[in-house]
Amino acid sequence: VYQVFESVAKKYDVMNDSMTLGIHRVWKDILMHKMNPSPGTLLLDVAGGTGDIAFRFINYVRSVRERQLQRKLKHHQNLSWQEISETYQEDKLKSLGDSQVVVCDINKEMLKVGKQKAQHLGYSEGLSWVLGNAEELPFDDDKFDVYTIAFGIRNVTRIDLALQEAYRVLKPGGRFLCLEFSHVSNPLLSRLYDLYSFQVIPVLGEVIAGDWKSYQYLVESIRRFPPQEELKAMIEDAGFLKVDYQNLNLGIVAIHSGFKL
Amino acid sequence: GRACLSHTEPRARDGRSGEEEEEEEGCYQLYPGHIPTSPLQKALLAAGSAFMALYDPYRHDMVAVLGETTGCLALPNLRDKMKHHPEGYRILQERPRIRLSTLDMARLRGLPDGSLGREYVRFLEDNKVSPDTRMPPKFVDDEELAYVIQRYREVHDLMHTLLGMPTNMLGEVVVKWFEAIQTGLPMCVLGAVFGPVRLSARKLQVLATKLAPWAIRSGRNASCILNVYYEQRWEQSVESLREEIGIFPPP
Repeated sequence: VYQVFESVAKKYDVMNDSMTLGIHRVWKDILMHKMNPSPGTLLLDVAGGTGDIAFRFINYVRSVRERQLQRKLKHHQNLSWQEISETYQEDKLKSLGDSQVVVCDINKEMLKVGKQKAQHLGYSEGLSWVLGNAEELPFDDDKFDVYTIAFGIRNVTRIDLALQEAYRVLKPGGRFLCLEFSHVSNPLLSRLYDLYSFQVIPVLGEVIAGDWKSYQYLVESIRRFPPQEELKAMIEDAGFLKVDYQNLNLGIVAIHSGFKL
Repeated sequence: GRACLSHTEPRARDGRSGEEEEEEEGCYQLYPGHIPTSPLQKALLAAGSAFMALYDPYRHDMVAVLGETTGCLALPNLRDKMKHHPEGYRILQERPRIRLSTLDMARLRGLPDGSLGREYVRFLEDNKVSPDTRMPPKFVDDEELAYVIQRYREVHDLMHTLLGMPTNMLGEVVVKWFEAIQTGLPMCVLGAVFGPVRLSARKLQVLATKLAPWAIRSGRNASCILNVYYEQRWEQSVESLREEIGIFPPP
């Protein structure tokens, strides 16, 4: 799996856009809205290599923060200019409101691409990059408010271990969110989806990234991955409560959610 | 053809281990590196690689893929031409490969000027190219035809030497015209027709008035270039080989 992602890293984003016709962006936006993080949240994004979730998180808390500030300022109509500018300055410094996201990935190349993207797009504060294995996270217990893994868990050899680790590093009250390809039960869509996956995606991989085999592997790994109910059971086994899932696009993708209570 | 070529090297170039090839598509894989494809996939590949080859001229792998996916008529044709020629037949039997590990560069360099070997090495050095950068075939569903296209790729640099053309855009287009006539591979035809798009007006003129007509005439006049056992002719002079094959002297 490591080698697959080494060669895939640089063209990862281009391939994602091509394969999903840009829809993966919508899926990730939906995940963020479901998470609905408030400023001050500490997020761990696992297998988040190129930063898609992390950047969305930062944007989200920033806009929530801005709305907070606007509301605050509205209430301070009667203050002197001095006082207003002081509050404004102090809040400006904490534009993220102490929110932080740690991006953890097992692959150096993916992290490299992510860091470059962050620089290019101007993300600097509240963001850190850590090399690590989802089955054995380099973090202490009870640290994070939210744990996400977007399109990463199917590449983990021992999913149960990754889920246990997720449970461990989350604070009590913390939330587990998993965005992943899942099972399509609708027979017609399933046939079309299979056709597209097996016929078109490896071709796209060859033409865009010069790499048929990696994308053949990706398509096969999606098929091998446990369907919605099975994954739900596995998440419950790790100790999570109130486990639920939401199908996107009739099950092509699903968001699983659970809480450590 | 047999499932395994005796002279073919494993896909050492992209660093993948041999296990990967064995575990999947076991009975379908006709040669190391072979990726079986459905007709739909071939069509998509042909279209995609054609587009990508034009869009990004540095994607030589796309040119290779285009050749493989569109060569279904031309390749058997070439193979038959080889079968019916004594030298070509020998090549098909012995499956020689042109690569740095099999060539004795020092010996070739020591050959007299004007000999095939000397001029070939000079060409490689002047243009800073190596025979080892040729893509191994992936999408050809017949292992003998896979060798034919591999041979065509490896002989390409020798074509440059015999035609006296450098590896710049103009030189490549001229060689493509020659190869298009010689092999009938759609990829060569497309390259010959669309390649000039990227040339300056002056070069286009030279191409249209002098080089292309010469390449076409030579291509028509010459016997099949795949029927020449180049590895046994290093000492032969380029001029005499040109005459033997039927390539007119370059303008």
